[in-house]
Amino acid sequence: MAQEYKLILKYADEPGYTPDIECYLRHGGYADLKKALAIAPKDLADGKKLSPQEQIREDVKISGLRGRGGAGFSCGLKWSFVDRKSGKPIYLICNADESEPGTFKDRQIMYKDPHQLIEGMAISCFANDVHLAYIYIRGEMVDGAKILNEALKEARAKNFLGKNICGGGYDLEMHVHRGAGAYICGEETGLIESLEGKRPYPRIKPPYFPAILGLWMCPTIVNNVETLCNVKHIVAMGGAAFAKLGTPNNTGTRIVSLSGHVKKPGYYEIETGKATIGELINDPKFGGGLRDGRKLKAVIPGGSSAKVFKAGEKFKLKKKDAEGKEILVETDMLDLPYDFDSLAAAGSMSGSSAIIVMDDSTDIVEALANLSEFYAHESCGQCTPCREGALWMSKTLHRLTHGEGRAADADYLVKIADNIPGGRTICAFGEACSWPVQSFVAKFKDEFVAKGAADEARHAKQVAAPVETKELAAAHH
Amino acid sequence: MSTAATTEIKPAPPVEKIKVKVDGREIEVPKTMADPISGKPIPTTMIQACELAKQEVPHYCYHPKLPVVGNCRMCLVEYGMPAMGPDRKPVLNADGSPKISKMPRPAISCATPVSPGMEIYTNTPGVKQMREGVLESLLINHPLDCPICDQAGECKLQEYSVDYGQSASRFVEAKVHKPKAVDLGPRIMLDAERCILCTRCIRFTRDIAGDDALGIVNRGSYNTIATFPGLPFDNNYTLNTVDICPVGALTSKDFRFKMRVWFLKETKSVCTSCATGCNIIIGSREEKIQRYTPRENDAVNGPWMCDAGRLNYKWIGREDRLKDVLVRGQKSTWTAALNEISDKLKKAPAGSVAIIASARQTNEELWLISKLKAKLGAISDSIPRDGKGDKILVSADKNPNTNGARLTGICFTEMGINLVKISDGIASGKIKTLIVFGENIVKRAVANEKLRERETISEVVDEHGITAELLQKLDTLIVSDILPNETTKLAHYVLPGAAHAEKRGSFTNTKGRVQKFMKAVEAPGDARAEWEFLHDLVHNVTGQNGFVTIEGLFNQMAKEVPAFNGVTWQALGDTGLTVQI
Repeated sequence: MAQEYKLILKYADEPGYTPDIECYLRHGGYADLKKALAIAPKDLADGKKLSPQEQIREDVKISGLRGRGGAGFSCGLKWSFVDRKSGKPIYLICNADESEPGTFKDRQIMYKDPHQLIEGMAISCFANDVHLAYIYIRGEMVDGAKILNEALKEARAKNFLGKNICGGGYDLEMHVHRGAGAYICGEETGLIESLEGKRPYPRIKPPYFPAILGLWMCPTIVNNVETLCNVKHIVAMGGAAFAKLGTPNNTGTRIVSLSGHVKKPGYYEIETGKATIGELINDPKFGGGLRDGRKLKAVIPGGSSAKVFKAGEKFKLKKKDAEGKEILVETDMLDLPYDFDSLAAAGSMSGSSAIIVMDDSTDIVEALANLSEFYAHESCGQCTPCREGALWMSKTLHRLTHGEGRAADADYLVKIADNIPGGRTICAFGEACSWPVQSFVAKFKDEFVAKGAADEARHAKQVAAPVETKELAAAHH
Repeated sequence: MSTAATTEIKPAPPVEKIKVKVDGREIEVPKTMADPISGKPIPTTMIQACELAKQEVPHYCYHPKLPVVGNCRMCLVEYGMPAMGPDRKPVLNADGSPKISKMPRPAISCATPVSPGMEIYTNTPGVKQMREGVLESLLINHPLDCPICDQAGECKLQEYSVDYGQSASRFVEAKVHKPKAVDLGPRIMLDAERCILCTRCIRFTRDIAGDDALGIVNRGSYNTIATFPGLPFDNNYTLNTVDICPVGALTSKDFRFKMRVWFLKETKSVCTSCATGCNIIIGSREEKIQRYTPRENDAVNGPWMCDAGRLNYKWIGREDRLKDVLVRGQKSTWTAALNEISDKLKKAPAGSVAIIASARQTNEELWLISKLKAKLGAISDSIPRDGKGDKILVSADKNPNTNGARLTGICFTEMGINLVKISDGIASGKIKTLIVFGENIVKRAVANEKLRERETISEVVDEHGITAELLQKLDTLIVSDILPNETTKLAHYVLPGAAHAEKRGSFTNTKGRVQKFMKAVEAPGDARAEWEFLHDLVHNVTGQNGFVTIEGLFNQMAKEVPAFNGVTWQALGDTGLTVQI
């Protein structure tokens, strides 16, 4: 049976656990940083030496750690892209702009266990020869910024930051930067622009790959809060051991934010892929099932921009049979293991690992209208398809949910949405705003058509009714 | 062509070439091209390769002289790359050609570098569909007010609508409304609803004009171009944003609502407001100049020009232009006046004539004057005109043809040095005849031509001893000018001349670029191009007959003036040639 597996959140919710450094140290804090700083160069068989930094980076690769922010990109690979020969400083930015609707996992770490993040960042910085790092925290997380700043102060006082950290000859400074309230600042190049003091317009890639031309046009690593915390645990247990957590290619743990129509909404840390969507929703250890008397209608599996699943949807997933042969197995949506690859294979994504559950009380058109309004408000407006398309979809959905719909609006919406994603926009916001529309309409088309048709029928009746019009027409003749 | 005349193309170090295919046609393109701002070599992009292949890729935000931002998405193309096997070696087709794998996602051609073997597809159904999508997005909130929009006729939304637009809109929502007729600065109006947010204006004013004056406020579809509160958009280059605005969002206060652009006759010319000689197009209709716009010439002004020069055309159409030939205040004819003047000059003893020509005159005119000067043994000079320059285009020398005056021997390197000798000569009675071209020689000190409230053209006329009282000592004062002034009032002979827009000719700019300009409008009344009547005068006085066409005149001058040796009128082309100065 699926279990919670607390790696990142091991202590955070323990009674009496406080965010101060003393508490963290009592729980073995900063031992992994010291361990990392003490790694000796390793002699390789071919006579070459592997520096401590290279060893950590190698270990992160071995761990199979994938980004926890949304794209699930290999962390080790991302680090390997960093231009280390430019002679320019390398920066590390912790993306703490957690804004994807439905997602509230990074916040738990930052508010309850800030030193774990700082330690994870310090190790990551050390491994990448970074001497200046930033935590870009969502503007609305006012207390989080305060807590992190306090934690940074404590870490500096104890020489876990600053010059010659723990006597290991390594210097690192870290700053908290608060966002000003824009979702797009979570996009890594938008974040970098914002950190530079500009409008957070995502940059075009090429040429502005952060690993080469990032912050101040220097090589830059941008990692999610949870990802960076994982680095600490990789150093603690070793990459190979970390890779044994979870399932192959979906290693480690994930903190799942569960919200919507379940009895126990909240965050649950699991071994990646070791629990299914159904278990997360229904198991008493997790969501505890839907409210009494309700039936499941839809699930958004990875934050609001992930494509929606309809209750009862079935997918053909590749699996290996007893003889190791690849076979296709029909899998119910609820039986999808909650990991990166299974959800991608089912046409959606685990994204920021936020599950939004909707039961049969949900008006699916209203739900999409709500999401679309968010995206229309958050589109930065830099590039054409997203700027105009996001608001267009939202206006249509507003009309459809305010008695002015048309039966044809379902197709109309999809046509608008189809012009946005697939590399037509500068950043992934194009996908984020159009995927919900495409998937909601595709999977619940009858509801969209019915709503529009009902409005049209009502209007037709109202137009047909007035007698005065006919009298006027008669008088005219 | 002699070595004296060279084009601006300097031998650059050889750049590695790579082969790419554009819509199936293989071409070789340089691996790198110059960055428009820094000039450093940066990878050649798809759109540049397409341009080299003469395949237009529609675009809004991309501008070859501005940093690339890739926001309009109109230039999206599909492309393929040579497929690589697991051994990192190219996979070959059965016929031995490299196998191309088409990329799953499109790329913006303005920002994507080309690489060897790349195939760019600009005309596939997928590309067409993407362009249609972008154009639809740009139009849904656009006011579609073409009938009253100044951009109509030169609008990229209109142009691409022909290719990628739909005849009917499926948009049934309410449009976004934004500020209209926004007074951005003294010369610029913004209609935010027409704006497609390509940010060309922002990039131009930040990266070219060096004035970070414009930005975007609000978010998403409500984005709007704006200035900082209380800081008007007011530098000497603001009107270039009107040129590069692909739509009717930014309009020139000077030109808006004045004329439909398709009625304008376009004439290639050169700006005369300073020694830079920015290439311009004069837009005129029915003998009236409506506007100047810059004409691209990378050896001089690129695609830009300053606001002061651009707006400095209204004097040409002034009501009080000199229109009549006057002999001692009485209206006369060219024949009568020129005969009288010729007779007087022929009889004038050597050294009794002085000539003050203008460095606003053309090379050809100055050369004709130099013939007269030689025959008469006259002393000559011109009036220097100094003001403020900048590091972008504006020269501190406000005469358009200072180098022409020097090269034809009208003045020395230090212009104005002979003026004292001339005034002394008049005072002593040695100089009895003074010929003045296009200069109000009794004007003193600072004169300002104001551009709205801000001074952008200022000129300082050096102190010299020539005064109205002194001029009255002369037996004969011959003045040719365009507008009436104190000097023309004192003249015994007034010969009405033509503005540069009313004649053909050439100027030599501050860097020695010889540039020709064409006639846009007719001169008013009896006014004539100076070179025409100078030709008659030179013929009468010297007996030499020259060419009666500007081409012939220029070519003869080029033979006789060493600096111009080897240059021909035809070889000047539209963008001129640089000579040794």
